[in-house]
Amino acid sequence: MQKKVFVQGLILAAVLILPLLLNYMGHPFYLDLATRLCILAIAAVGLNLILGYGGMISFGHAAYLGLGAYAVGIPAHHWLYGGMDVIATTNGFVQFGLALLVSGIFALLTGLICLKVKGVYFIMITMAFAQMVYYLFISIAEYGGDDGLVIDTRSEFPLVNFDNSTQLFTICAVSLFFVMWLVWRISKSQFGMVLAGIKGNEQRMIAMGYNTFVYKLAAYVISGMICGFSGALLGNFTTFISPEMIDWARSGELMFMVILGGVATTFGPILGAITFIILEEVLSTITIYWHLPFGLLLIGVVMFVKGGLSALIPKVGDKE
Amino acid sequence: MDYTLFVIQLLNGLQLGILLFLVASGLTLVFGILDFVNLAHGSVYMLGAFICASLTFALGNFVYALLISLPIVAVIGYGFERLIARPLYERDHLDHVLGTFGAILVIDTLAHMIWGPAGIAIPLPAALDGQTQLAPGIVVPTFRLAIITAGLIAAVGLYWLVNHTRTGMLIRAGASNRTMVTALGVDIQALFSFVFAIGAALAGLAGMLIAPITEASLGMGNNIIITAFVVIIVGGIGSMKGAFLAALLIGMIDTLGRAFLDDIFKVFMSTSAAENSAPAISSMSIYLIMALILFFRPQGLFPPKLR
Repeated sequence: MQKKVFVQGLILAAVLILPLLLNYMGHPFYLDLATRLCILAIAAVGLNLILGYGGMISFGHAAYLGLGAYAVGIPAHHWLYGGMDVIATTNGFVQFGLALLVSGIFALLTGLICLKVKGVYFIMITMAFAQMVYYLFISIAEYGGDDGLVIDTRSEFPLVNFDNSTQLFTICAVSLFFVMWLVWRISKSQFGMVLAGIKGNEQRMIAMGYNTFVYKLAAYVISGMICGFSGALLGNFTTFISPEMIDWARSGELMFMVILGGVATTFGPILGAITFIILEEVLSTITIYWHLPFGLLLIGVVMFVKGGLSALIPKVGDKE
Repeated sequence: MDYTLFVIQLLNGLQLGILLFLVASGLTLVFGILDFVNLAHGSVYMLGAFICASLTFALGNFVYALLISLPIVAVIGYGFERLIARPLYERDHLDHVLGTFGAILVIDTLAHMIWGPAGIAIPLPAALDGQTQLAPGIVVPTFRLAIITAGLIAAVGLYWLVNHTRTGMLIRAGASNRTMVTALGVDIQALFSFVFAIGAALAGLAGMLIAPITEASLGMGNNIIITAFVVIIVGGIGSMKGAFLAALLIGMIDTLGRAFLDDIFKVFMSTSAAENSAPAISSMSIYLIMALILFFRPQGLFPPKLR
């Protein structure tokens, strides 16, 4: 167990320090890579809360990333080009607040409907709502429609400057650690225990007097808000958002990160995101056909690796 | 409203519905009988289009190419069942989704490597390339009528296979109680492989039929597979009749919505507001319908009787 904690600490330290070090040595590319990694990992942590701990398989979480990014892009767009004075701002607190609010409300409204159904129906209905968001943004010409929206100015906060890539990375990394801590706390709380109980046997929890629907809905909303937050960071990082980010294939990639890393673990999502980013980067520089080995790996992981990558850590670490 | 345009759009809706049924029928068979979620079903649709395109150029005739492509696609479906699907039957739906998502990436990339990034247009034989006059003033492309006819023939053939043959009886029996059928000495694995191959052939057929209109292109399968899932959920998972009626319904709503919703909206809102909101609403409409169905009638409109 000691060694497991050690390995995990090492990975966290590497995620934080290595990119900064490489950037300092004149390789800013790795800093960008690590920023993207942290942002995707935040989303994966958010998805893990319901997919891993709650057993709710959402196939539409890319929608929250999109909503979060548009919540940054749309106010900035109006601030520059006029119209919609109510939300026209570059103030980061307003933009991030909007991202959390919109994704929270969207999760609440869709959750009320989605959580009435189970199993494969839940997978499909979450996907259906994400597709609705996808088509909504495709059809709004003002925000670029199909082509997407260029976010001309990043969110403005006092003291930190998002245009500075080192500072943006540090914010993303710290956010990631905070979100990991948050979800870890939730999973250990009474709320998290009830959630785990619902995943194990919902009937039993109902019989014990819990209103399971409310618990699931709360987890669903928190998960959506975490992904919305991640989307707001993503908008600031890429300074561009298009409906393509909401496509169901993106939701599939998020699921892949969670499963690959190991569901219902604090560390799984970040391991999954690291692997995903590395694979994407390494394979796509070797060949334009990088989806082939990537797909094969995905199939291999699903068929042969039980419990994901984080299950491998104690095996390695506990060898005496 | 323009009467001619309406009839033509109605036929387009019917055509989309038929194609959706061809894709959805295989999906609902596999889903209903094997409880297997196959996202990669759309990739077979795409493969059908590409294989048929290559064979059309090799043989010089679209119809021969189509007839030869069908068994090839069926064999691909059989291979897919043996390699990917069979090890995953006993797993949960999450593993199905992820495993077949991986399969999509693999198949799409292989198609990219073989046929290149650009789409391939398929030339039609002269007999199918013209226009046909249905009624005075209503002229439609002959090939669209051919698609509808071919799709209906396939649908009737499938109906006959499932409801009036010994194999179909075994398929229906397997759907209601897999264990019992195995206990009676039926090789259920072979049956499952057969179902998969049939489903693949139907999806491939849909791809071959649409290719001369839209051309065979990468990613065409990923566009239709989600709509096909909407169809089988609206129709009721495992139900052939449900898949057929829901496919027609979804095809009609999608096509007519795109064509006429802005005109309808203009009745009660300003022109610019109607032109802005209509495309969004019509693209979202089928997902809206699916969400409503799932909420009020999760078993679908026409659930299979024996489950």
